[in-house]
Amino acid sequence: MKVLVPVKRVVDYNVKVRVKADGTGVDIANVKMSMNPFDEIAVEEAMRLREAGTVTEIVAVSLGPTACQETLRTALAMGADRAILVETGVELQPLAVAKCLKALVARESPQLVILGKQAIDDDSNQTGQMLAALLGWPQGTFASKVKIAGGGAEVIREIDGGLETLSLQLPAIITTDLRLNEPRYVTLPNIMKAKKKPLDTVKPEDLGVDVTPRLATLKVEEPPKRKAGARVADVNELVQKLRNEAKVIS
Amino acid sequence: MSVLVIAEHDNSALRPATLNAVTAAAQLGGEVHVLVAGSGCGAAAGAAATVAGVAKVRTADAPHYKEQLAENLAALVVSLASGYSHILAPATTFGKNFLPRVAALLDVAQISDIVSVVSADTFVRPIYAGNAMATVQSKDAIKVITVRTTAFDAAAAGGGGGAVEAVGAAADAGVSKLLGQELTKSDRPELTAARIIVSGGRGMGSGENFKLLEALADKLGAAIGASRAAVDAGFVPNDYQVGQTGKIVAPELYIAVGISGAIQHLAGMKDSKVIVAINKDMEAPIFQVADYGLVADLFQAVPELTAALDK
Repeated sequence: MKVLVPVKRVVDYNVKVRVKADGTGVDIANVKMSMNPFDEIAVEEAMRLREAGTVTEIVAVSLGPTACQETLRTALAMGADRAILVETGVELQPLAVAKCLKALVARESPQLVILGKQAIDDDSNQTGQMLAALLGWPQGTFASKVKIAGGGAEVIREIDGGLETLSLQLPAIITTDLRLNEPRYVTLPNIMKAKKKPLDTVKPEDLGVDVTPRLATLKVEEPPKRKAGARVADVNELVQKLRNEAKVIS
Repeated sequence: MSVLVIAEHDNSALRPATLNAVTAAAQLGGEVHVLVAGSGCGAAAGAAATVAGVAKVRTADAPHYKEQLAENLAALVVSLASGYSHILAPATTFGKNFLPRVAALLDVAQISDIVSVVSADTFVRPIYAGNAMATVQSKDAIKVITVRTTAFDAAAAGGGGGAVEAVGAAADAGVSKLLGQELTKSDRPELTAARIIVSGGRGMGSGENFKLLEALADKLGAAIGASRAAVDAGFVPNDYQVGQTGKIVAPELYIAVGISGAIQHLAGMKDSKVIVAINKDMEAPIFQVADYGLVADLFQAVPELTAALDK
């Protein structure tokens, strides 16, 4: 079966972003960009399904400016077979992304779309669920284990109270959580090979999708700062401060 | 126009997160209605009707709502959406799972994880793991919103007198099925509702060593949390995780033990009222947000702290 894996180019998870002085956003000029960590897990899961013989083709998709090609090359170096860039300079919000992906699903007919559960830049946690709704497909979100068998998918999900297991009919949407797998490192030979793999570019207009943002960002600010407090010398001083100064224990 | 809050419940009782979402809803203007969809969920619906500020409870009782699968719940909410200016759910794994489906089916944006209501169409939400706060305005006719529970007080349960009205069920999508749940059982308070949290990181070294934190937590009546590193290492189950993609907590007292303080962990706990850090690495970033920092070996300091609480 064919799998579609959308991947997003985001500020690297080790970078602490700075809010721009004019309050219009965060400063991402000259900042290291990487594949969204949850999407790496999605690519890895697709690879493991292929290595298990369940999946025959992995198509990576990214949406955004030309620079997203780098993210797609990373997915190809991890092992995806080919890539599609939906190229646009417009700020993309989850609903617009889901609509573009729906159009690509109609073209590619995958049985499975595996996405990261959330991007670490906008922290929306929406795209997979929205795509599932637009397609009328079942979803297994926040997956920590995926098994494909007998024309269906069995997904163990991380929920607030623990874990739950769902059985989904295929085609289906899966979104990844942290414990699903540990993504492989890309090797130099695979990076070289990835350069020769096909990467197609389409525009949202080609897909018949209006990507105009629905939410307007009015301003972006620093969060309230926490000041570092005092060091205490020992446990007795700590207990005394918690009792008499902070008054949070009795 | 009215506001619809989708209740998180287990058919017999409301989950506390619902009460925080009701408070956010009350700030939007208009009547607050609560949808309780479940199977044999009369008790939960009755409880919702007594929540302060709730004018009406709409309840859909059918076997295919028992587990509140996203596919079925979203279809039901969409069938009830007309007449509402806003549809809200708590930003828990429950709300995050189904509400984006509702937004997509209504062809509107979702505003995730709001921490404040500026006006009926403008909200503040954290981005970049809470390192920036964005004020966003929705241009859509219906605003679909998940609510960060720690940012809104719980509405008072009991005393309210909302009407309860049954609504028809939507069709069963029949595309997914719950096979089973493995829920963590604990006598300790729930992480997201606890007044005190004792949290352990990679420095704990093993799951066995979390017993030290359990002893301390029992003395304090605290919940136990963990950093991603401790969960990934298999010391504790996933539902202990506090952070950007785990649980967001804001207790009165958060005691971080052997936690270095990665951005992603701080995102989940930096709104705690008082933060204590115990770490042997004096350079650990956790000390930059801690009100009280103790540079010490946790294997000595934690038992000492547990003992000192008796004095």
